[in-house]
Amino acid sequence: METIERAVDTSHMKVSDEVAIQISQMNKWYGQFHVLRDINLTVNRGERIVICGPSGSGKSTLIRCINRLEEHQSGQIVVDGTELTSDLKNIDKVRSEVGMVFQHFNLFPHLTILENCTLAPIWVRKIPKAEAEETAMHFLRKVKIPEQANKYPGQLSGGQQQRVAIARSLCMKPRIMLFDEPTSALDPEMIKEVLDTMISLAEEGMTMLCVTHEMGFAQAVANRVVFMDQGQIVEQNTPREFFNNPQSERTKLFLSQILGH
Amino acid sequence: MSETGTQTVRFVRDTMLPEAAPPASQSGAVKWLRENLFSGWLNTILTIIGALVLFQILRGLVPWFAHSVWNAQTLGECRQIIAETWGEGARGACLAVVRDRWAQWTFGFYPAHLYWRPVLALVLLFAALAPILFSAVPRRLMAFSALFPFVGYYLLWGGTIWTPVVALAGFVVGYAVWRALARRNALAAILLALVAALVWWLLLAGPVERALAQVAPLALQSVRSSSFGGFVLALTIGVSAISLSLPLGIMLALGRQSDMFLIKTLSVCFIEFIRGVPLITLLFTASLLLNYFLPPGTNFDIILRVIIMVTLFAAAYIAEVIRGGLAALPRGQYEAADALGLDYFQAQRLIVLPQALKISIPGIVSTFIGLFKDTTLVVFVGLLDPLKGITDAVRASTDWKGIYWEPYIFVGFIFFLFCFGMSRYSMYLERRLKRDHR
Repeated sequence: METIERAVDTSHMKVSDEVAIQISQMNKWYGQFHVLRDINLTVNRGERIVICGPSGSGKSTLIRCINRLEEHQSGQIVVDGTELTSDLKNIDKVRSEVGMVFQHFNLFPHLTILENCTLAPIWVRKIPKAEAEETAMHFLRKVKIPEQANKYPGQLSGGQQQRVAIARSLCMKPRIMLFDEPTSALDPEMIKEVLDTMISLAEEGMTMLCVTHEMGFAQAVANRVVFMDQGQIVEQNTPREFFNNPQSERTKLFLSQILGH
Repeated sequence: MSETGTQTVRFVRDTMLPEAAPPASQSGAVKWLRENLFSGWLNTILTIIGALVLFQILRGLVPWFAHSVWNAQTLGECRQIIAETWGEGARGACLAVVRDRWAQWTFGFYPAHLYWRPVLALVLLFAALAPILFSAVPRRLMAFSALFPFVGYYLLWGGTIWTPVVALAGFVVGYAVWRALARRNALAAILLALVAALVWWLLLAGPVERALAQVAPLALQSVRSSSFGGFVLALTIGVSAISLSLPLGIMLALGRQSDMFLIKTLSVCFIEFIRGVPLITLLFTASLLLNYFLPPGTNFDIILRVIIMVTLFAAAYIAEVIRGGLAALPRGQYEAADALGLDYFQAQRLIVLPQALKISIPGIVSTFIGLFKDTTLVVFVGLLDPLKGITDAVRASTDWKGIYWEPYIFVGFIFFLFCFGMSRYSMYLERRLKRDHR
């Protein structure tokens, strides 16, 4: 289990009463396969939620539904007061408010780091180029790689690429951030630098949903852990209760396997 | 890492070794010969056979070119010069035919006193291509590239200047309509702009052109399409079809990937139909069949018809090449573009196409090279292509009757220059766009 060495500053981590994401009775199928079954999840502004579970449990699919990279077939998803339907306007609105970080970074290899970060602000938000570049440099400094701004993604290490991907999302000034296994494709040394970046983001009060196997991160930062299996939410609780006093048998088995060595 | 292990392998270097030269048999020409030509008994035999074949070819070619004659009026005179200089029975190239008839291979039957027009058009073509092909040239010159088709048309065909101007005005009309409506509804704006431009071209352009021509009769001497020939014809068809087929091919490739059933089906049908039919069939359709369908008396320029057919043909192949590039892009690229809120056209233009086209460069350029060489097929619809049309005309003249190799070698050499140029450009472009492992 990865341990978080630094002290986490919790002074700005406040969960408000305002609802950021409301998922109710959501179902999704891939053909005949029922991937997500009757998902109910409410996320308040300022919450840091870690979603975990065995592979194939539908956790990635769940957060990909939140910005409509995957379509749900029944139930309701409301993000920031906008319901996700097939209406393209709503989808674009939600996507520009919700940032997403992928397992394989998905940086644009034909653009420099700076261009990666300014592309969406310039074309989606219609921000002038100079201003967008200023914002981009601000966030690149924040993820501690401003000196790489004019390189191409292929010249950076995995950890650096993932930090650029986080900066790229932040440049759109999102109100919610989704992380889809952001450290799973990284070497142990690089996992730490990416987790550090995510922790500082949490310290600033960002609403975050993270699919991750980093239980140390969950204990240090999350205010809620959601455990999924076979397309369903099996258990959710505070990290302390979840790790020390798991309720369901499935959760106990999962924790014994993941923490056992 | 046990205690004993670290003790037994303890080693500290106290002197650094100087750099030494490799053994003589392992470097330079000797090494190269041994590795590449004589690395085993089979390869040694193959090397000897290869050297013999090469020797035989050169033994024929070298004297033939060395004995070549550039100054002669007829084939008979040329052969006489060779016999007098190198002795009876000597063989030599009568390249004098190129010197005598180069203008015909270049311009076909274009009026001789108007040769400056295609030459100027060619010079302007290079000026128009520069900003498209090389990033060092200022972007602003693209405006001239956009105007070039109209300038080129006017120079080549002549006639009243108002024909290309009125045609250009159609684009301006379409653009104005699109600009006025784009903010309200993007799709309707595009459709209405198309309709407006078509209305202009089909209904208004003719009368406007005639009226303007009467008020201000600015005109160059008109040259009919049937006078076109040689490399002017090949380049006119080749350059037009290349520049039109790329955008059309991109649209077809995207159409084939589209989620919209109608667009997808139309694209697939078009691509599969065109790829399933030989180019000659399409050319015959253009030259013969179309006349049955068009109203009697319609004069639809034959070169224009051929350009359209060659464009459609190349576009189908380009579409498939680009589809390969699109398929090679990881899904994550689409997802990242979506997740950032880019809409379909932005994602295609900024993320997907730059990468897909880069992957497809070798295939696209191969298609273009094939297209350029296929322009010689227009001989089957009665146009004078350089390879057969003009060469036959030269060989049918009394002066050069009986000449065989020299014209084909000349035409082949010119085609090689163009195609090799395209091939080198594609390699340059690939190097320039390379973004990884730098």
